[in-house]
Parts: sequence; C-alpha cells; structure tokens
Amino acid sequence: MTSFRATVVAVLVVLSASLAYASTRGDARAQVEFGIKAAQDGLWREAIFRWQKAVALDPTYAAAFNDLAIGYEHEGQPDKARQAYEKAISLDSTNDVIRQNYEMFKEINDRTSRHQP
Amino acid sequence: MIGHPGTNRSRSRLALAALLAVSVVVPGACGGGTYEIPIQTPIKPKLDISGFQRVLVAGFVAGGGSDVDANIETARLLRSQLRLKARLKIIDADALPLAAVAREQNKTDETGVQKTAAAADAPTALPAQIKDEKDLAAYDRLFANTAYWKQLGEEYQDPLIVTGTILFTPHSQAGFVQREQEVYDSFGRRQVVPIRTYMERKGYILRPKFIFIDGRTGATLYSETFREEVLYDAGQNTPALSSYFELMDRVMPSFLNTLSSQKIRGTRVLLK
Repeated sequence: MTSFRATVVAVLVVLSASLAYASTRGDARAQVEFGIKAAQDGLWREAIFRWQKAVALDPTYAAAFNDLAIGYEHEGQPDKARQAYEKAISLDSTNDVIRQNYEMFKEINDRTSRHQP
Repeated sequence: MIGHPGTNRSRSRLALAALLAVSVVVPGACGGGTYEIPIQTPIKPKLDISGFQRVLVAGFVAGGGSDVDANIETARLLRSQLRLKARLKIIDADALPLAAVAREQNKTDETGVQKTAAAADAPTALPAQIKDEKDLAAYDRLFANTAYWKQLGEEYQDPLIVTGTILFTPHSQAGFVQREQEVYDSFGRRQVVPIRTYMERKGYILRPKFIFIDGRTGATLYSETFREEVLYDAGQNTPALSSYFELMDRVMPSFLNTLSSQKIRGTRVLLK
C-alpha cells in the first residue's frame, strides 16, 4: 500500500513538474513566435527583445538561443551571437539546423577577419 | 502483504495513465518549426580611419608573370572600388613604380653603408626581376622606410596610403580530379555519376599584401596578406587579366572591410 502511495505521489510530482515546464516553455515559445514574426517584418530589435525574454523564461530553450544568435548576427554583434550559438549547441548538440547556422556565422566572421600578417 | 490481483491491475492502469499524461504534455511543448530568413551581417571596419580625409593608392611592388601589369591594374582596381565603397576622397595619382623606387633607395643605402663601413648592415641587392615570394621579401625594407612615406604623405596632404606587394604567377597542376558526368541508361533515364579523370590544369596564383600607411607619420598602421588560386582545364584559354580580376574579386570584400563597414547577405533558419 505504501509503495502504491509513493508511486502515485511520484507520478503526481512528475506530472505537476511537467505541467509547470510545459507552461514555462509555452510562454517562452509564444515569445519566440512573436520574435519570428517581428524578424520577418524586419523589426529585428523587437525580435531580439522577444527572444531575450524567451531565454530568460526558459534557459534550456535551444531554439530561442538559436534565434537570438541570428538576431545578434543581423545587428552586428558577433560576440553575443557566438555566445548564443554556443549556448544553443550546448543545449541541443544534435540539432543540424543550429549547427548549420553557426557554421555560416563562423565562415563569415573568419573570412572577414582572416589575414596572414 | 500481498494485495488483491484486481486492485494491483487497477493501480497499474492508474500509473500507466499518469505516465501517458506526462508523455503527452512534454513533447507537446517541444514541437518543431523552421523559418528561413534573409539577414545582412554588418562587419565593422578593421582600421579606424576617422583621422583621414583622403586616401592615396600609391602603387605596388609587383612580380610573378609578365602577362599582367599587376602594379597598375591593382592601383586602378582599388581606386575604383574605394570610390564606390569608402567615405574618403580618393586621390587621383599615377601608380608609383615602387620596385624601381626600392632599388634606388637600396643603392643609396649601399653608398651610405660603404661610407660608414657598417658592413654587417649592408643591404643585399634587390632582384631586378621578381619571380617569387623570396624575391619580393627583399623589397620589404621599402615599406619600413618611414621617411619616404612621410614625405609622400606631405606631398598629398597627409592621406592614408595604400600600398603593398602583388605576386601574380602562372601555375599548373596535374592529377586526378573528380567530376560529374551525365549518363543515360538503356531506358533513357538521365543520371549524374562522379568520375575520376587525370587532368592537366593551368591557372594562376595571386598573393597580394596590402599595407596601410599613415601619411602623417610614415608608419605602417595595418597589413594583411591573401592567397588565392584558380585552375582551368588545360584546353581552356582564359586570359591572364580575366584570372587576375577573378582572383581580386575574392579578396576585395576583405580589403574594403579594412576601411569601410560591409554588409554581408545570407540566410539563416529560425526555429520555433
């Protein structure tokens, strides 16, 4: 009987944690979507603001860090872009889209800073 | 204590239902969605040129093949590109024959050295024909001659001076190359298959070194070296000047980025 109760309690804890996580992720996702719309309309500062809010709400949201990195790249802030890309990759190392974005970012940065003294 | 089998089954169902609920909620929060978006990445200039109002493309010590006058062509090309992209006023002046200037300076140095008998510092004779990087390296002294560049700067009202070296050499290479070939099977279906063929290819190597000198002091502010090469099929008759422009096109964005900010267009993928 005790073990049954313990199982039910454990399941409820997991369930409530999952719901809380889903709610946080849902809020962050709403910010990300808003940011994407803003970026598509050319409002990159608004987009960056939204993606910053998304990563603050959910610091494990790799896609939000990816989008934020792109925003920083567009605004000419390569250091912040690199940090955000690296964070996105550390959160989701198997995501090919993030890796591809990061490779293209590095290619441009390396090409423009490439010189042999 | 052993529970009733029916009770155990209902408990198991309850636990299973709860796990199912969890498994439905969590993936629902991490769905996919990609959006390709064009971006323009602004790149800041490498050099602070706020102290200059003019730029003088002085000329280049050029070497390699004799098909292209790399000194004149480079000076002309850089001037036209800077006119389009840089905010500085471009000084219209003929490209200086810097190789001859360097040889002249070297002669003077040699005379000076003989007078002071400082044999250890005696400058080595500069090769009249510049064929490779080793020959070109002997001319580096010219760019360290601050007095010369300062004097030139005074002549043109203290501009930023762009100079350097250009090596444009013919190059050939033979070996196996992977190419794609169209083939049609017996049903007439088109296929592209990779094939390895032995080929002799000819082309050019361009190795420019751009040096930016402060016309007020004669000191070198910044320099950068590039290396680009292009190879064509041996049968293809590409004029040397076309190859030269093709290779210069590759290094031009980086050259211009030294003096002015650039915007590089690209696409990225946003994720939801």
